[in-house]
Amino acid sequence: MLLIPCPHCGNRPELEFRYAGEAHIARPADPSSTSDQDWAEYLYFRSNPKGLHIERWRHVSGCARFFNCVRDTVSDKILKTYPAGQPKPDLEALVKEAGQ
Amino acid sequence: MSMSLRTTKTGRIDRTRPLSFRFDGELYRGFHGDTLASALLANGVHLMGRSFKYHRPRGVVTAGSDEPNALVSVGVDAKHTPNLRATQVELYDGLVAQSQNRWPSLSFDVGAINNLLSPLFVAGFYYKTFMWPNVAWKKLYEPIIRRAAGLGTASSEPDPDHYSTRYAHCDVMVIGSGPAGLAAALSAARAGARVILCDEQAELGGSLLSELHASIDGKPASQWIVDTIAELRGFSPTVTMLPRTQAFGYFAQNFVGLVERVTDHLAKPDPKLPRDRLWQVRAKEVVIATGAHERPLVFPDNDRPGIMLADAARIFANRYGVRPGGRAVIATAHDSAYQAALDLKAAGVAIAMVTDVRKEANGPLPMAARAAGIRVETGTAITGSTGRLRVNAALVSKLGTDGEEAVPCDLILMCGGWTPSVHLFSQSRGKLVFDEARQVFIPGTSAQAERSAGACKGSETLLAALEEGFAAGHDAAAKAGFSKGNVKPVKVGGVIEAHGGFLGAVPHPHDAGRVKAFVDFQNDVTAKDIKLATREGMRSIEHVKRYTTTGMATDQGKLSNMNALAIAAEALGKPIPAVGLTTFRQPYTPISFGAMANHSRGDLFDPVRKTATHAWAQSHGAIFEDVGLWKRAWYFPKAGEDMHAAVLRECKTVRDSAGLFDASTLGKIEVVGPDAAEFMNLLYTNPWSKLEVGRCRYGLMLNEAGFVMDDGVVGRIAEDRFHVTTTTGGAPRVLNHMEDYLQTEFPNLKVALTSTTEQYAVVAVQGPNARKIIAPLIEGIDISNEAMPHMSLRLGKICGVQTRLFRMSFTGELGFEVNVPADYGQAVWEAIWAEAQKYEACAYGTETMHVLRAEKGYIIVGQETDGTVTPNDLGLDWAIGKTKADFVGKRSLIRPDLVKADRKQLVGLLTVEPQKMLEEGAQITLVGNPPAGTSALGHVTSSYQSAGLGRSFALAIVSAGRSRMGETLYVPMPDGPIAVTVTDPVFYDKEGAKLHV
Amino acid sequence: MSDVMTRRSAFEGLHPIEVVGAVTVAPVPYGTRFSFRGDSKAASACSKGFGVMLPNTLLKAESDDGRTAISLGPDEWLLIAADGEVEALEAAIGKALNKQHHSLVDISHRNTAFTVSGPKAETLLASGCLLDLHLSAFPVGMATRTIYSKADIVLWRTAPDTFHVELWRSFVPFVWGLLEEASGEM
Repeated sequence: MLLIPCPHCGNRPELEFRYAGEAHIARPADPSSTSDQDWAEYLYFRSNPKGLHIERWRHVSGCARFFNCVRDTVSDKILKTYPAGQPKPDLEALVKEAGQ
Repeated sequence: MSMSLRTTKTGRIDRTRPLSFRFDGELYRGFHGDTLASALLANGVHLMGRSFKYHRPRGVVTAGSDEPNALVSVGVDAKHTPNLRATQVELYDGLVAQSQNRWPSLSFDVGAINNLLSPLFVAGFYYKTFMWPNVAWKKLYEPIIRRAAGLGTASSEPDPDHYSTRYAHCDVMVIGSGPAGLAAALSAARAGARVILCDEQAELGGSLLSELHASIDGKPASQWIVDTIAELRGFSPTVTMLPRTQAFGYFAQNFVGLVERVTDHLAKPDPKLPRDRLWQVRAKEVVIATGAHERPLVFPDNDRPGIMLADAARIFANRYGVRPGGRAVIATAHDSAYQAALDLKAAGVAIAMVTDVRKEANGPLPMAARAAGIRVETGTAITGSTGRLRVNAALVSKLGTDGEEAVPCDLILMCGGWTPSVHLFSQSRGKLVFDEARQVFIPGTSAQAERSAGACKGSETLLAALEEGFAAGHDAAAKAGFSKGNVKPVKVGGVIEAHGGFLGAVPHPHDAGRVKAFVDFQNDVTAKDIKLATREGMRSIEHVKRYTTTGMATDQGKLSNMNALAIAAEALGKPIPAVGLTTFRQPYTPISFGAMANHSRGDLFDPVRKTATHAWAQSHGAIFEDVGLWKRAWYFPKAGEDMHAAVLRECKTVRDSAGLFDASTLGKIEVVGPDAAEFMNLLYTNPWSKLEVGRCRYGLMLNEAGFVMDDGVVGRIAEDRFHVTTTTGGAPRVLNHMEDYLQTEFPNLKVALTSTTEQYAVVAVQGPNARKIIAPLIEGIDISNEAMPHMSLRLGKICGVQTRLFRMSFTGELGFEVNVPADYGQAVWEAIWAEAQKYEACAYGTETMHVLRAEKGYIIVGQETDGTVTPNDLGLDWAIGKTKADFVGKRSLIRPDLVKADRKQLVGLLTVEPQKMLEEGAQITLVGNPPAGTSALGHVTSSYQSAGLGRSFALAIVSAGRSRMGETLYVPMPDGPIAVTVTDPVFYDKEGAKLHV
Repeated sequence: MSDVMTRRSAFEGLHPIEVVGAVTVAPVPYGTRFSFRGDSKAASACSKGFGVMLPNTLLKAESDDGRTAISLGPDEWLLIAADGEVEALEAAIGKALNKQHHSLVDISHRNTAFTVSGPKAETLLASGCLLDLHLSAFPVGMATRTIYSKADIVLWRTAPDTFHVELWRSFVPFVWGLLEEASGEM
């Protein structure tokens, strides 16, 4: 069971969390003027990387907040978590930091 | 039966506490402190099982958890547990054990014919032999093979024991309590860390428990154990010591799974105690001190009863006080077997000879053995054995010669060297490295906060184990933030260094094709099988493993992996590391399903949620159904009624008079804030801004893809407060969905969401008499049709209790839903019930609710919908706020696929024969007997018998269904197609006049 | 009529759990409970109406004179007071907030609570609670929403050997049943 560092509550067991898919997929500001193609991209297409993945979690049985998490899908190591709404972190810098 | 096989002095058994037990019906005696294996050996019983494939007679090989052969069943009837290692089964008075995989008896087993047929059973024989015909595998071959080749059978009765679990946290987890583990625990505890120390054995001490001559810091090893445990106990509760506890799995972030065997060793356990306790430990730092496994030698017929590992024999003698034989031949490639020779000789076992496959053996131990008068032959291999149910001679050859000497004996001890137990390190995803000098895999780079100490990292001496243990414990504690004290130097005496080792198959003069030299005892895999696999093209050890099944038995190849690897490497002409190592998997040793399930069984498997009126419903004969985690009253049969009759009566009563229904399980969410209406506009298809306070509206929720996700009635309590209801099963999902959009897409909205599902008990009163029933109980609300029209809500009191009273209907009749604080739910229900009796109203359950709503064509999310259904498909376009710029799912509704003319649409179906019932889920087609492969037009979503219509009716989703009104379609069934007519989905009171009375 | 209305506790019909000298599990008397939602400004205004400082850091409980405020999330507090104070507190808090945006929702019947106390309280809770309950990791005054087995709970340590466990009413029999079974080992 993973220990996930909730940005509000600190390290907590995975069972308190619920996964919520890839992060930083913004809902188009004006859906009605979005093309079918772009809307389909927004709805269905995800990056599914091997390696670093920025994903959303909700600390549903804790502070109940959604937040973002940078996780390595190979090693399951979590490099960073941060509240929803904050900008995407610099992944290269994170990797360097973790390597030290 | 004889006790003369006991040594006179050695052993930790309590000779003042004799015990009796049964094995295969025979009564035997042993002592407190024995294992089943040691007690059987003390009774001269070596034959403890039959092998998996060839049914060869087998005896005990080890003295610990790595035992591959002596698998037994313990207990009778429901308490029967198969496949336990006799070397780990602690003896208690009255223990009953049976051997396995034999018929009719262990000494005469018909299945042993397999041994003669063994040319058929070569590696990969399943793949080669049972190829054709396809269907025969499941029906014929597999059942026969499973019966013939197998382990014990599980009891078919429910497990009468109970099991528990506990989460634990510590600074330092120490796995294994041999010298390294005890030292690590001690230094971590002295530093002030919270320590958990576990060991699979009944006693802490590991290898020290069978050490007769060693001294540590000037005291005998046995005394050092006592003192160390006493000191550790002094740190309680900071230190937890767990004997009989197997660390079976090492998971991410130092999460370690342990199973503690709490009562298996007790004759009469306290029934309150669990049989096993699963510990789920989160450790800041881990010390792995799991020791090493002695390797067998792979030589022809190396599996007869009476052949065991040298150190196992030493343990039986030194720790359990058993002489495992009268005259032993010891075959070795490692110095440690000479210690066994010396100790066994001291215990009264005659040592016929020691054969050492190495050219020379001049270390201090071999020299000591020679000095003790033991015949030592180097450059000599064991090349076979004779005997039937017990070995009676060892065959010995000088390497490079064909001559073979038969040495009479009743015990052959073998030692191919030692394999570090790196299983848990490997499970932690640490990288192993191959140590060329010692020819072993040892821990390399760590992936987690752990370190190994002692024999499991390849160290060969007691001094190294202790020093590494103390250092590891100190280091682990320091990394966890505890650095009190220093590591003191430790002094060791009385032990003699031992080195050596041999991998692979021992050379022999026999025809390799005609002998069986076992590599994996438990799965009956021979050296020949592994060579065959490489000849047939297997290159990777992973393929060799799967083709031959070596290492795939419940012992996970603890004894066999390195020999198998060496044989494969030699056959492939590659160095060992180039052939690779198979993956070590959890569990390290088998654990019970009970431990994994622990408390999660029966009523405690999942929360069973009951509403406030549950007790009333129960006492009024309700039959319940599960809806999500909830128990809901399904129907209320009267004497003599079946479900069908009860539901017809309930439906009729509601339509004629009234009925009471518990709607408490529906999800409720309080949406509060100045932007509440705006938020509702975005999350539901409907427009909310103009909904007046005191009114309610049917709300439809879509996901972003435009598909119906949930629905429910929403009431406006105040300008800035909505009372939202959801489906029963959808409540958590809907709240999560709302929170998601609120927190991440619309965080600027000033609104907050609170679940109030359990704040209110909800009594639905439905039917023409509904108003009359509640009227006498209501205070402060005018509930007349004029003052409180359909789809409105009022705050007031009922029976003196605060209520949110909704006028709404899911039946098509005049209806109210009375929300009261949950603890008053049953009292208010009873008060309403008393009034309802005056009108001969009934209580009804979910089934009647379903029928009544279906007659009105009201959908149920999850029944009429399946995640691919749009509002238009359901004919719910009226629920969409056309002028809203945006709501979740809106954009998707105009995607090309969602506006196709042939989309499946909600319709009603009437069978041409009125009493014929359709099956929910049945497919609908254009013709009665469509050719195979024809796509269905749709399927039946709801199907009921209607009291009001006097016939069956159904709802369905059908391709272009709304353009098919009046068409005849078919529902093909095994006993012939059923003709149906497509109709409007509203069967009752199409105008809705009854709602507004 | 309210005097004749019987209030039925979610604990009705459950066996008491007491292992003498080890641990006792006991229902907490009825109380008033609210879920308060708002930003930190709203929370400090609420503190005046409620009479207890709403903690402005997470995972904390503040108590005064029988009232408690627990911070469950960055904008969420659980308020606990004596039974029968719903209307009075709604008025007092509403007044203190003075139309500032907030959400106050009565959950007096949704939530119910029991205490686990005694030298084995920590061990008993460890049968289903995944958090480290050692005093150094979960000190007195700490409180959080978490899980016990498959049920959401709010766990609040009120004394070194006493925990207050808050949960939704329908989960009571499940959690109680597990504690009862696990108490056999204490």
